[in-house]
Amino acid sequence: MEKEVMSSLKMAGNILCSASSFIRKCIFGVLRVGPIPNHIAFIMDGNRRYAKKQKLSHDGAAGGGGRYDAGFWALMVMLLYCQELGVKYITAYAFSIDNFKRKPEEVESLMTSMLEKFHLLDILVKLLAVRVHFAGNLELLSNELRASAMELTEATAAYSKSVLTICIAYTSRDEILHAVRESCEQKRIDLEFGNDDDDEIKLMKVEKNMYMAVAPDPDIIIRTGGENRLSNFLLWQSCWSHLHSMWVLWPEIGVWNLVFAILNFQRNKTYCLDMKKKEKEL
Amino acid sequence: MLSLRFAIPTANTLTPPKIKPKPGLVVQTAWNQTDLFPSLPKRNDYKLQAATTDLSVAGDIPAEEVVELPAELSRELMPKHVAVIMDGNGRWARQRGLATSAGHEAGVKALRELVELCCQWGIQVLTVFAFSYENWIRPKVEVDFLMSLFERALKSEVESFSRGGIRISVIGDSTKLPTSLQKLINEVEETTKHNSRLQLIVAVSYSGKYDVVQACRSIAEKAKDGQIQLDDINESLIEQELETNCTEHPYPDLLIRTSGELRVSNFLLWQLAYTELFFAQELWPDFRKDEFVDALSSYQQRQRRYGGRH
Repeated sequence: MEKEVMSSLKMAGNILCSASSFIRKCIFGVLRVGPIPNHIAFIMDGNRRYAKKQKLSHDGAAGGGGRYDAGFWALMVMLLYCQELGVKYITAYAFSIDNFKRKPEEVESLMTSMLEKFHLLDILVKLLAVRVHFAGNLELLSNELRASAMELTEATAAYSKSVLTICIAYTSRDEILHAVRESCEQKRIDLEFGNDDDDEIKLMKVEKNMYMAVAPDPDIIIRTGGENRLSNFLLWQSCWSHLHSMWVLWPEIGVWNLVFAILNFQRNKTYCLDMKKKEKEL
Repeated sequence: MLSLRFAIPTANTLTPPKIKPKPGLVVQTAWNQTDLFPSLPKRNDYKLQAATTDLSVAGDIPAEEVVELPAELSRELMPKHVAVIMDGNGRWARQRGLATSAGHEAGVKALRELVELCCQWGIQVLTVFAFSYENWIRPKVEVDFLMSLFERALKSEVESFSRGGIRISVIGDSTKLPTSLQKLINEVEETTKHNSRLQLIVAVSYSGKYDVVQACRSIAEKAKDGQIQLDDINESLIEQELETNCTEHPYPDLLIRTSGELRVSNFLLWQLAYTELFFAQELWPDFRKDEFVDALSSYQQRQRRYGGRH
């Protein structure tokens, strides 16, 4: 009797999954009639509040990264949905330089959790043929974490179906500062060797030296957690981006949230594209 | 530009969360819209008014006085620096069957009211995005009108602003402006430079990216001349070279954009790192005291963490 009940429940579950998958495919099909963003960036805010809600353990030294596990899987799910939709570039704000200001034990636990997730990520991105890129001041990370990040970048360099950029030890101002320094250094070298026939540093040269030069500017920046600010994320790249804030906490983000964000983007896309073209003309 | 207005839900959750308002406070976050089917008002709802070219207004900016704040606002939580993207003049005019010029003139009046409110409520810096670098490709007729409007507005307001203790600064690529306007700007900046009640920064022919690029060029020159080493280049140095170095508070606490568009449009990119963003549905000429109170009230409710924890 029990076996029959379990079997019925399993069948009902399968039917529901198939039905929901069918509905999702239909919705995505409708979305694809309009313009699909080429690049979506996520500010993954709300992990701590989610953990409090779910009464998850703190990030203790004993490998707890419990509160960020759900956030990691939320990112993987978004990556899957974006791939299915045809969004080529996905960027996620994982760890800001400002986050180093948190308690040392919390930072250390976060770093440990990230190292564990990189191993998982390594398996998943190879299955999905996703190229992984890390944007940020990686010198601020531990040797182990930096090495793991570089390894993952090299291992996935050949993939081209999607590009996942993880911003770690990143702030936009630090990125711009880095680009300014590199541009000034290049200018100095060019002048020294007489290669430079132009006195002025151009905007394109500064852009080439950005950590995010591997991806085009984001079409949409989605922030979860209900806050309405950029928090030092992609300031340079966001000038024409559609900004979408949602109340849902990052680990709770689902397909409907993504669908609404894209629908909102589609209402305004023509204007954004026009302005990007006009910026280039000027 | 024609934006497509589909009748689709714009709320990003099916049931927007209920925000518990604090006693006596009105809470509104425009970024999470609760109207599911926003519609434009009908043309015949508005009384058509002839555009006026007379920008002189009755009375000066009131001298310093103790002004009671609206009940929703707290003086201690008032932002020091507010930035505004004044969007929607053209649409406002089209809705009323008026010429675009009428929309821009109505926009100037709304700006004047905002300046008065900022003076009264203790805001120290107000930066407004009057004309972007990308706006140069608008029709010549409109651009010429805007340049003449800036000139007229500056001429008519400089004395009033002087008496009201307002310092005017203009940022942006002034080389593209008419010579007469450049000269007037220099005069106005000189005349008002010692005023300290409110600093009004007007961004004209401004681009956030070009602001950073010109800072970079300036730094490169200094490095070339040996005034600084490459290792000396830090965030503080870049901040000093940006055009907002004309004020002690270069980073806005609050950015307001009107007309419902959800983007920053190349305005103050470096400076907006931790700025609270508020997107208002109203078109700029309709953004008045009540709407400003809503924006400030929303700002005062927010928790600013700067990457740390509470």
